[in-house]
Amino acid sequence: MTLAVEATELRRTFRTTTGTVRRTRKDVEAVKGISFHIEQGELFGLLGPNGAGKTTTIKMLITLLLPTSGSARVLGHDVVADTREVRRRIGYVFGGDRGLYERLSARDNLRYFSELYGVPPRTQATRIDELLELVGLTERDRERVEGYSRGMRQRLHIARGLLHDPDVLFLDEPSIGIDPVGARELRATIGNLVEMGKTVLLTTHYMFEADELCDRIAVIREGEIVAEGTPAQLKGRVSGGRVVEVETYGVLEETVAEVGTVAGIRSVAVEERGQQQVLIIQCERDAEVTQAVLARLGDVRVGRVTAREPTLEDAYVELVTGS
Amino acid sequence: MRSYLRQQRICYLLQLRVLSTSLFDGLLAVFFPLMFATAALLVYRIKDDPDGMQYAGLGAAIMGMWTCQGVIASSLLTRERWAGTLELLVAAPIPLSRVLVPITMALSTIGLYCVVATIVWERLVFDIRLEIASWPLFVLSVLMSALTLALFGFFLSVTAVRYRTSWSLGAALEYPGWLLCGFLVPVDLLPDWLHPLSWSIPTTWAMAAVRDAANGVSPWGNLGLCVAVGLVYAVVAAYLGRRLVESARRHATLALT
Repeated sequence: MTLAVEATELRRTFRTTTGTVRRTRKDVEAVKGISFHIEQGELFGLLGPNGAGKTTTIKMLITLLLPTSGSARVLGHDVVADTREVRRRIGYVFGGDRGLYERLSARDNLRYFSELYGVPPRTQATRIDELLELVGLTERDRERVEGYSRGMRQRLHIARGLLHDPDVLFLDEPSIGIDPVGARELRATIGNLVEMGKTVLLTTHYMFEADELCDRIAVIREGEIVAEGTPAQLKGRVSGGRVVEVETYGVLEETVAEVGTVAGIRSVAVEERGQQQVLIIQCERDAEVTQAVLARLGDVRVGRVTAREPTLEDAYVELVTGS
Repeated sequence: MRSYLRQQRICYLLQLRVLSTSLFDGLLAVFFPLMFATAALLVYRIKDDPDGMQYAGLGAAIMGMWTCQGVIASSLLTRERWAGTLELLVAAPIPLSRVLVPITMALSTIGLYCVVATIVWERLVFDIRLEIASWPLFVLSVLMSALTLALFGFFLSVTAVRYRTSWSLGAALEYPGWLLCGFLVPVDLLPDWLHPLSWSIPTTWAMAAVRDAANGVSPWGNLGLCVAVGLVYAVVAAYLGRRLVESARRHATLALT
């Protein structure tokens, strides 16, 4: 079976300039020769911190950016040579408030994009009704988008992306800024899409979202894929160990570095939670590190100390921090 | 062909809805053209010459359309870029020209509204009763002016795909256009070296056709030239559109705001 998405040594460089009189040019490599593939019907997650190259990768795959080198195919069509064929078969949804005509209603927005994306006139009205139903906007379909909440806009984006019944859907951080209830509904919608046989490439910052939805995940850091596998496989990278969380108040960077030198500790990350700095310590499963860590912390005020099994987020943090 | 025409019609109507939804925008669209027309007519009124007022009245009416279309068309895609819809328009599986022409046509319709509003304003405020020898030819000439101005706007708008600041081109063209197109001063009075520039704008020929129709002279020659020049802009814009989208994909300028 033809692969839904196939990227081979995909690379993208941006040229930036600084200065007014003496302009200095600098090439920034946003994506550094990444390769991956997505099977048809698969939900593939691309995870990475801001600036890692996720959106650049997606934009090359959806034909909005030309790769500097390398190649990519969507359902067998080259993203550079067969632009129109690729565009007919894909849908693109991005997160945030933008990308809709504020002064038009949801229904009119969908009518407009139906015309641009070649939805046959005979099936257009039915298709729009189905999609409004799917994303739960039937009741407010004739209201102008300017009065919509962020969650409603996001659901309308998804309806827009599905108008021409694309085989492959690219979702670029679709749940960004949505409240928990809206995000849950969105996850259910995405889950339904895969059940309908769609292939989905999803980028997100939310680990539980990726854990819940994705069949496979690639973690991208500074333009390079640093890990790829199922959520279970990625968790397995740290599951040989254990996570100890130590609540501290006013811990210094040097002290954190000292904690990292304790035998049996693989990595230490600091998470700010209000007044607290929580040390997230990944250590060997059998290592008894608590006493040694407390000793290294010295006079630092310490709150609760807890131990737990690693999560996908732990694996992600370990991968993107390179620790 | 049927699906093409349907796409153009639906997109035109929806874009017109986007442009005409707000009452405030509707008032603002005619505010500046009416003020400019007022200034021009006040200057011409000093000489107490009815022919001069007829000349200025016709020019001021089409000038409103020029202001509306020329300036807004060049910022058209910049607005789409700010709204985050530009990428979606470019990512559509149809050529960009099929997306842009209905938008510029919708703008031209607003331009026609400016023409009517200016003529009414002239009648109410300056008591100018335009002498029109042939109303059918006059209306046809105004419609051709709107159509070809839409094609000129299409040409201006495609440049914004690649160049973020090209909207300023439209703003820069507004006042020179008043002179170059012969709205208020005959083109013949301009220096010879400026004539080719005037002739390269379809609105110059449209303005001449409007005056011909009003004065009982056959406007067909000027209308033919107006359409021909407008079509040249359409062809160049369609070609440029493809090239500039390629360039924007290469230089990553589509999403930049």
